Amino acid sequence: MHRNHVLVAMDAHTIAQGARAVRDALMRNLEMTSLTSEVKVVETGSLGIYNRGVVLVIFPENVYYVGVKVEDVAEIVSEHLIKGRVVERLHYTDVPVEKAAEMGAAPRFGKQQRVVLKNAGIIDPESIEEYIARDGYEALGKALTEMKPQDVIEVVKKSGIQGRGGAFFPTGLKWSFAAAEEAKQKYIICNADEGEPGTFKDRLILEGDPHCVIEGMALAGYAVGADMGFIYIRGEYRMSIDRLNRAIQRAKENGLLGENLFDSGFNFNIEVREGAGAYICGEETALIESIEGKRGEPRDKPPFPPSVGLWGMPTIVNNVETLANVPQIILKGADWYKSMGTEKSPGTKVFTMVGNINNPGLIEVPMGTTLREIIYDIGQGIPEGKGFKLAQMGGTTGGILTGAHLDLPMSVEALREIGSGLGSGALLVVDDSQDVVELVENFVEFFNHESCGKCTLCREGNGRLLELLQRINSGKGHVADLNLMEELAVTMMKGAFCGLGQAAPVPILGCLKYFRDDFVRKIEAAEMAAAA
Amino acid sequence: MKTLADLRAIKEKAKKEMATREQSAKYRISVAMGTCGIAAGARTVMSAILDELSKRGIQDAAVSQTGCLGCCDQEPIVQVTDADNRTITYGKVSAEMARKIIASHVQDGKVVSDHVFDMA
Amino acid sequence: MQDLTRVDEIVGRYADTKTPLIYILKDVQKEYGYLSDVVLTHIAKKVDIPLSEIYGVATFYSLFTIKPKGKYVVRCCNNAPCHVKKSKEVLEAIKSYLGLEVTETTECGTFTLEFTSCLGLCAVAPVMMVNDEVYGNLTPEKAVAILKDYKMKGQSNA
Repeated sequence: MHRNHVLVAMDAHTIAQGARAVRDALMRNLEMTSLTSEVKVVETGSLGIYNRGVVLVIFPENVYYVGVKVEDVAEIVSEHLIKGRVVERLHYTDVPVEKAAEMGAAPRFGKQQRVVLKNAGIIDPESIEEYIARDGYEALGKALTEMKPQDVIEVVKKSGIQGRGGAFFPTGLKWSFAAAEEAKQKYIICNADEGEPGTFKDRLILEGDPHCVIEGMALAGYAVGADMGFIYIRGEYRMSIDRLNRAIQRAKENGLLGENLFDSGFNFNIEVREGAGAYICGEETALIESIEGKRGEPRDKPPFPPSVGLWGMPTIVNNVETLANVPQIILKGADWYKSMGTEKSPGTKVFTMVGNINNPGLIEVPMGTTLREIIYDIGQGIPEGKGFKLAQMGGTTGGILTGAHLDLPMSVEALREIGSGLGSGALLVVDDSQDVVELVENFVEFFNHESCGKCTLCREGNGRLLELLQRINSGKGHVADLNLMEELAVTMMKGAFCGLGQAAPVPILGCLKYFRDDFVRKIEAAEMAAAA
Repeated sequence: MKTLADLRAIKEKAKKEMATREQSAKYRISVAMGTCGIAAGARTVMSAILDELSKRGIQDAAVSQTGCLGCCDQEPIVQVTDADNRTITYGKVSAEMARKIIASHVQDGKVVSDHVFDMA
Repeated sequence: MQDLTRVDEIVGRYADTKTPLIYILKDVQKEYGYLSDVVLTHIAKKVDIPLSEIYGVATFYSLFTIKPKGKYVVRCCNNAPCHVKKSKEVLEAIKSYLGLEVTETTECGTFTLEFTSCLGLCAVAPVMMVNDEVYGNLTPEKAVAILKDYKMKGQSNA
């Protein structure tokens, strides 16, 4: 029995700030002070505290330490673990609400609600036992022993959950398409090719709670009649890949993946497939091409993957966050899920807040939380006393939101109404000191680089847009260029082959719509300077 | 994994191991570990408490440590707080005494009256 | 002439994997540093896929390279979340310190400068990677100081 558990957050952010060295120093210090039998060190995923260096939590006191350096470790051990005195200079009291609530303390920001992230930062992601302790694999057991595949699909349908990759297609409906296909082989693919700039929710789910994704995939497999799953993940996500592989191994050892699970006759296996660096592979048919060892270029649709997918077989492609929701939906029921969020967008949504914001990072809130609540309450506003210029919701392909949208609820339907979307859930906040025209050039630079080159509109369209923007930014633009840009952008939106080319113009048109004056001012100022 | 019962067996075991992180404990035991407490033998008291809890299989107790309480002459000091937030403070606790506190107070709910020096 | 026996071994490693081309290219690149014409031609023969198709795959993905790279590959992020945290200033400082444009390699073979796609470390933006190490909260001065350390390390190991 251990009197203290010390949680060390080990995610890409904290590792970039030296978490490994701190953990090693902690282990050394505990050994030196003979505390290894009394104090357990647990590596967890992200604790939801960012940009504050290495983060430790000591239980049962529930004390958070931030900015911990190797040289602080001896003090934490001798002061806190031996003498019981909190090291105030490292003590962090702005604890995210869901962790505080989890521990029975008073919620600080009542606006977050953790469903998908309920385990991240609480459990040791390397321990299948800790996942099981918090209801893990209970949904799979329940489905395999008490439910028919059709019942599983019905619950998911009734819950109203929509795909969290950005398209928000009803998950239950997608599953029913694949279930209806007659085929000797079907596949489940988990899309973990998270490449949308500003998005890192999937990585943190995989790093913090890999088993919930594995369980979600097995449930999907049972529902549609697939016995094989692939997790397609960015090659850059080294830590997630390692954790997933170990989690799959542990699930196999415990008979939670493999043959005849729960004595039901259902088999399910999972293989991790690494990407090799291509943004377009987040598009589901490009992803399938990539697993097949080819250039990741999108396919013609229809047929859609639920009918003809990987190696020509019916295939479900679901996002990490979608799959991570599934076990709890099966366990707690559709009504529970519908009790969160809005009527048309049930559930919670994980957002990543980035850019000019005081409290950047990952949050999970019910669908329908307003932009103002997210930016000003949870995100604690904009740094250096600057004003709010715009926000981009959903990554670089996302729509532009302005001050007029601050009270808009962040739900699928509310954003659809203004011609926008939630996309990947990345929220880029931009302050009023930023140059919008340069920002738009940055967007287009990105698309120009990531266009796969298959269709002319996207390949050439982005290239020409970039030329126009570079011209304006170097002081050689004309006001007439703005109309040209608009015309080109609208043509791309209508005619590009896949989602990338169709979505690329969205932020450009948004900025032209809301900030046309910024463009005109820049062009006219340059013209006047040249004439003088 | 053959049945839900197999899964639940793992679950129960793992839950106990994780109890330190869930504040559902019926009793919170804290040992004063200031310099004075340690000098007076608080570390052996702590070891005895952990050992006794584990021997008796008591899972709903959380053990922590605090600093000096300002009554150094009473060290080692052990405080036991129950679910109603009633705290009993024991002074001059030996390892043997600590085991008795676990057996009587934490397991059976009976305060060990001869070593109580302050009822908060 | 490059020794190609290790290519054979790598191809053999994936005998049981369906459509393993990307894995083979990854492992071969790890072994040889980059994907040369000779190596790609040899892979084409071994896996019975046309060289044109293999070349198409090798040039499609950003983690593959058909040119040799420097000892330290510096990859700067310039996506929008880094852009609003002034990544451009960092990039300019790195360019002028190394004397390189993006995608170029120093003559001595110590540094290659590239862009990276978003690493999802936006909460500590702007960021860069040097080989597998990630550096966040960069300023032009901080980035140059980090590269100075690498330069010294590169010289002392040379």
